[in-house]
Amino acid sequence: MRAQVNGTSRDLAEGTSVAAVVTLVGAPEKGVAVALDGAVVPKALWGSTIVPDGGVVEVLTAVQGG
Amino acid sequence: MDDPLIIAGREFRSRLITGTGGAANLSVLERALVASGTELTTVAMRRVDAAGQTGVLELLRRLGIEVLPNTAGCRTSAEAVLTAQLAREALETNWVKLEVVHDEETLLPDPVELLDAAERLVNDGFVVLPYTNDDPVLARKLEDIGCATVMPLGSPIGTGLGIRNPHNIELITSRASVPVVLDAGIGTASDAALAMELGCSAVLLATAVTRAQDPERMGAAMRCAVEGGRLARLAGRIPQRFWAQASSPGL
Repeated sequence: MRAQVNGTSRDLAEGTSVAAVVTLVGAPEKGVAVALDGAVVPKALWGSTIVPDGGVVEVLTAVQGG
Repeated sequence: MDDPLIIAGREFRSRLITGTGGAANLSVLERALVASGTELTTVAMRRVDAAGQTGVLELLRRLGIEVLPNTAGCRTSAEAVLTAQLAREALETNWVKLEVVHDEETLLPDPVELLDAAERLVNDGFVVLPYTNDDPVLARKLEDIGCATVMPLGSPIGTGLGIRNPHNIELITSRASVPVVLDAGIGTASDAALAMELGCSAVLLATAVTRAQDPERMGAAMRCAVEGGRLARLAGRIPQRFWAQASSPGL
């Protein structure tokens, strides 16, 4: 199946969790948040939340700004 | 003299809030932040990329500076609300510098989207610090819906044009009951001092320091300017006169 991860279309195995996507993009240990289809996924639910086919995942962190 | 800045019940010794954008590297940023004496500093939320341009969070934690996430880059209320919620999740703070800009050329706040986002975030339990136009009516509305500060611009972001409408800033500070933070447009120390003399409670700046030829020295200059402007405001300036008035006794 395919999903949009940080704006890039990717092939993911069926049943891929949000936690796996966070690892896939190489996110740091701390200071990261995830939105799935426009809604925040709390960190406690990353392991149990499965990315659906066609899902849009955004993995964000803090950078210099403002 | 004990004169803390108080925002949403939290006390700060420094009245200078800084941004982290525009610095050549983290080492330059660190020296500038330390010189500025800031205790509250903004960061932006962006996609994790392979380059991994992080490190700013670790720097701020090491320096003991509070992190203030912003919603820079958002054009709509919905985008800003989601970005604030993601920042709360990532950084474990319910404080947010709310920015909802209309277009890239001016980076001016979109007042309609801003007010809507502010109301939704206040209702969601956020401490909202909105970047706003220098519009006294909008400032009043932001305060009325529960924002913790109002942060009017002096001039557009990154221009260094200073405070283009001092009277509007004074209209805002004269009737606000939350702290007024002059945000955006500061070019040099005199702009920051003027903001404080006009009754602002604090100044928020980034570019003026991070893109100065010597960011560390400009950070120190801004610290002094904010302190000097605050003291002058509290001291009460003399009225301006048309004719000269001798300060020495007559012969």
